[in-house]
Amino acid sequence: MISVAVQTAPFDVGAELALLNAAGVGAVTSFTGIVRSDDGVSAIELEHFPGMTEASLRQLCVIAVERWSLSGCTIIHRVGRMEVGDPIVLVATASAHRASAIDACSFLIDRLKTDAPFWKKEYRGDTAQWVQPKQSDDARAEQWG
Amino acid sequence: MQLVYFAAIREALGKDGEVRVLPPHIATIAMLLDHLTAEHPDYARAFADRTKLRFAVDQVMAKIEAPLAGVQELAIFPPVTGG
Repeated sequence: MISVAVQTAPFDVGAELALLNAAGVGAVTSFTGIVRSDDGVSAIELEHFPGMTEASLRQLCVIAVERWSLSGCTIIHRVGRMEVGDPIVLVATASAHRASAIDACSFLIDRLKTDAPFWKKEYRGDTAQWVQPKQSDDARAEQWG
Repeated sequence: MQLVYFAAIREALGKDGEVRVLPPHIATIAMLLDHLTAEHPDYARAFADRTKLRFAVDQVMAKIEAPLAGVQELAIFPPVTGG
């Protein structure tokens, strides 16, 4: 079961995990990304490429389901303006055993950061700045092959 | 061909896209960047550092050498920073 959403609205982590927690599933793992208050950041704004974004997230889920034999895979990524402390992204995986659920979740968030067409802008007071990609993110994504 | 721009590229060009009829000698993304760069300083500025440009051809990531024949839509944007 693959579920992908790009939305402005917040999401309910508990409700999403409950959907993955079907009878017979042995393990559910999730990652929630939250807006940090780095160096005085007060808010962020997320832009994306409608159509390509959803397709790229779905493609990552298809790869993860196949590679780790997942029974469920959910990605919800918000777009638009978010304040410090707001959730940005949820990645959740369900599998028979913990290792596959954990590894798949890690793969999905690492590859999402380098493959999915989102762009993040940080607001500090009245000034806005596009976030620059980190080399460490590329390295983490590449380790999955 | 439909061109679409995102994030810092969109802001630098002051538009989110445009329709272009390409001259026949423009065979690749790199050649299109050269063509636009020569046309106006806004493009020259937006495309100055090509190591910081990424491309999607009909919504699939593509390299700067990618051919443009038969392409409906080319997206030009900075490296992605989601998550």
